[in-house]
Amino acid sequence: MNTQQTLVVIGNGMVGQHFLASLVNSAAKERYRIVTFCEEPRAAYDRVHLSEYFSGKSAEDLSLVEAGFFAEHGIEIHLGDKAASIDRQQKTVTSAKGVVIAYDKLVLATGSYPFVPPVPGHERAQCLVYRTIEDLEAIQAAAAKSKIGTVVGGGLLGLEAAKALKDLGLETHVVEFAPRLMAVQLDDGGGAMLKQKIQALGVTVHLNKNTSLIDDGEHCLHKMNFADGEVLETDLILFSAGIRPRDDIARACELAVGPRGGIVIDNQCRTSDPAIYAIGECALWNGQIFGLVAPGYAMARTVVADLADNDASFTGFDMSTKLKLMGVDVASIGDAHARTQGALVYTYQNGSSEIYKRLVVSQDKKQLLGAVLVGEASGYSTLLQYCLNGIELPENPDALILPQRSDESVGLGPDALPASAQICSCHDVSKGQICSAVEAGCTTIGQLKTETKAATGCGGCSALLKSVLDCELTKLGVEVSTDICEHFPHTRQDLYNQVMVEQIKTFDDLLDKHGKGLGCEVCKQAVGSILASYWNDYILEKPHIGLQDTNDTYLANMQKDGTYSIVPRVTGGEITPDGLIVLGQVAKKYGLYTKITGGQRVDLFGARVEQLPLIWAELIAAGFESGHAYGKSLRTVKSCVGSTWCRYGIDDSVGLAIELENRYKGLRAPHKIKFAVSGCTRECAEAQGKDIGVIATENGWNLYVCGNGGMKPRHADLFATNLDKQTLIQYIDRVLIFYIRTAARLQRTSVWMENMEGGLDYLKAVVLEDRLGIAEQLEQQMQHVINTYQCEWTTTLQDENKLKRFRHFVNSDQADDNVVFVEERGQVRPANSEERKHFKLIEEAA
Amino acid sequence: MSNWIDVCHIDDLQPDSGVCALVKGQQIALFYLPRLQLVFAIGNYDPFSQANVLSRGMVGDLGGQPMLASPMYKQHFYLHTGVCFEDANVSVPTYPARIENDRVAIQLPE
Ligand SMILES: Cc1cc2nc3c(=O)[nH]c(=O)nc-3n(C[C@H](O)[C@H](O)[C@H](O)COP(=O)(O)OP(=O)(O)OC[C@H]3O[C@@H](n4cnc5c(N)ncnc54)[C@H](O)[C@@H]3O)c2cc1C
Ligand code: SF4
Ligand code: SF4
Repeated sequence: MNTQQTLVVIGNGMVGQHFLASLVNSAAKERYRIVTFCEEPRAAYDRVHLSEYFSGKSAEDLSLVEAGFFAEHGIEIHLGDKAASIDRQQKTVTSAKGVVIAYDKLVLATGSYPFVPPVPGHERAQCLVYRTIEDLEAIQAAAAKSKIGTVVGGGLLGLEAAKALKDLGLETHVVEFAPRLMAVQLDDGGGAMLKQKIQALGVTVHLNKNTSLIDDGEHCLHKMNFADGEVLETDLILFSAGIRPRDDIARACELAVGPRGGIVIDNQCRTSDPAIYAIGECALWNGQIFGLVAPGYAMARTVVADLADNDASFTGFDMSTKLKLMGVDVASIGDAHARTQGALVYTYQNGSSEIYKRLVVSQDKKQLLGAVLVGEASGYSTLLQYCLNGIELPENPDALILPQRSDESVGLGPDALPASAQICSCHDVSKGQICSAVEAGCTTIGQLKTETKAATGCGGCSALLKSVLDCELTKLGVEVSTDICEHFPHTRQDLYNQVMVEQIKTFDDLLDKHGKGLGCEVCKQAVGSILASYWNDYILEKPHIGLQDTNDTYLANMQKDGTYSIVPRVTGGEITPDGLIVLGQVAKKYGLYTKITGGQRVDLFGARVEQLPLIWAELIAAGFESGHAYGKSLRTVKSCVGSTWCRYGIDDSVGLAIELENRYKGLRAPHKIKFAVSGCTRECAEAQGKDIGVIATENGWNLYVCGNGGMKPRHADLFATNLDKQTLIQYIDRVLIFYIRTAARLQRTSVWMENMEGGLDYLKAVVLEDRLGIAEQLEQQMQHVINTYQCEWTTTLQDENKLKRFRHFVNSDQADDNVVFVEERGQVRPANSEERKHFKLIEEAA
Repeated sequence: MSNWIDVCHIDDLQPDSGVCALVKGQQIALFYLPRLQLVFAIGNYDPFSQANVLSRGMVGDLGGQPMLASPMYKQHFYLHTGVCFEDANVSVPTYPARIENDRVAIQLPE
């Protein structure tokens, strides 16, 4: 029996897509054939992070749709086709291209459009808006021809648009009709502080300005004439004067709409026609439009629940926000304007450090009603929890915004929160869900993110998430031990600092001062790595040799039968024909199996310990050097062929890769480090899957950090854009040494980033803004490592004593008779145990 | 009482690390731990990886007991008893060893 009905979704924006993604995970999915119309030429992307398009993110990077999503779930998507009309009697939707689909249920997720005030002249060239990727392309093109840019509207979006213009190199102005910036979220004091800070960043703010006419300028393309008689010349105008719901298609079929627009919905997000829902910015609930994603997502989940016959309702949404505008922290909670009857207000202002805070509390001083924070918003999570959960305020509520002078903490301990308290509003994760995940075994922030999705949206809740985690772990009696092992009651970072501060040079010294027992392979390797990173001594010196695992001891990689493989350095993957011939000859002479590695080098397998020095003597004579494939250290800098040969190449990726590899080769770290350099955004070198990735652009190099392939792939984060080579290298120096100093044992950069408090923004603050004042130290330390580089094989071959180690037996020149090879596909491979028995029999018979 | 078999000079050993010796056709891993002033002798064959590699493992202690970590799959073996820490049903042979007059000697079962 086929009872499948058809569900049509109009609009594949942020909310439409969230709806589809929730629907396919719900029981209701089976009941519907799903069809969606998407007016834009591409499926849903992240509008919230739209500005990052200017800093190098591509449309694909911003996409919200997992590859293959529509096909996998059998969703029929009409890309670039707009739903033109709805026939409610026949229950059909007709598209602009003429497609007609009969629906049983219809979901409107048409979003909103930017409001452009009907000022005469608003339709002139280079008068633009900021909502879609196409808008951004138009802005980019116009900016290239402009010197001055002006944003009309000083709200949240307007300020973000102003930042984009500033970053595009324009002299930037913001024109606001109201007497303050962010009039919806901030009070006068907060608005004034924000204005002061934004002006200091070089953006001119004009308040109380009503534009009456736009016409030809004298020095610029346009002249804006204001009602007060003043004028402003500008080449580009960006309107950001609010949004209007896209309800035209609903109006045309006579669904109920609000007096100022918006499709009217009830608590189940149903419109006046029970077969039709509306969600997101096009919907009007209780006279209100919600211009943020989180409430739209909540509506989407409500509809999914309703379709699955579960009880759910949308009953409004807290519009508190915390964001960073041009590097300035701004937050607004609840009733920021103290409109509640009898509300009391506390304000704190620190002129010199440009901080403004305001608390709005109930008449009895027991409840927090609202707050405004500008310049410093670290208290946001705590205040929001007070406000949302009606938690009783401490006796002196102003302590919550006064700077802390004693060590008494006024933060709200996670214990004070009820289980229902929402920790992550982007993904609606409650404290209760987090506690269950911890009980089920999550012990790190990284695991919690994967398990619950908390802190993976805007990230505003990560500090709170961490405190809930720690608190729960302590309660479960999980001792949150960060000790590296039983021999040192310290973390790797502690040990690193001890080495640095006390200038400790050997493991024995560190063990005597800070540890106990004999040590073990865990602490020895960790300390060996720390000493090698910091001092960069030869790792086979007597005091260090016991700290190396077998790969480092033999400067080669142990394979399953106890033989080793050899990887000479091939910088940037560039190798001459003569080089290749030498590798081939050496491999042939010693009967080695050869394979090309993922890092663009040649791996030679099957060398016995006693053969290693002989093989290396030949390789070094031919100009090769150690590839450090055996170490937790810089491995390779992979590169694409780049502008030298490639038709599309923008810059010389091979040249840069070689330079970077030569700079950082031999650098030891908590784990292996891989780089890649691509010559253009086609990204053939897969740089975004590497610890350090570099991609050429028209205006310089884009730097990506903390990516990873391997067991748990992680897409690298875009860190800085359009860098010249010198700055690029400076930033890489800082990132790497900061990683070496602060990472846990065997922590790749990806996990290091996932667990870093403050995440990417914090790393940027340390590296780009030198928040900790250590940038110079970091660079100097890197310079030391570079100055003391040695090819470990060259050093080893020069030392008779070290070579003694490269024999299977101390007291005999025999080889290990357990190493047996057989042939496969024209090369050797280790014999398996069956084959080996057979071999022994033949030998004994002989 | 079996006889001490002379194997090598103390300088052939690696402090806090291992070497392998061939004694009467058998591969013996020797570890010298200067902090304990002791030398240990165990079989070089790693029962888990079936390769002759134990002499290339790292040494230290677990709960105060001297141990060796296999370089291949990282199981630990106690140096006094040869018993594997992760799986007490598995062990490697151990042999008496001593240093006398700067020479290292071990005993093999008859
Ligand atoms: C620059 C910028 C920054 C922002 N920053 C934040 C922020 O920091 N935090 C926050 O919470 N929110 C932010 N927002 C707001 C957020 O992007 C919106 O709340 C969200 O996108 C709303 O989702 P939606 O699906 O309702 O609308 P949209 O994402 O606009 O999607 C609607 C889609 O429907 C399509 N459509 C319309 N009519 C039809 C039709 N008839 N047929 C087919 N398709 C149709 C449209 O083309 C569009 O693709 C920001 C918005 C912008 C522009
Ligand atoms: S990334 Fe660009 S430059 Fe490099 S090979 Fe690919 S297309 Fe050519
Ligand atoms: S993927 Fe697995 S099998 Fe392949 S090289 Fe890595 S560890 Fe070995």
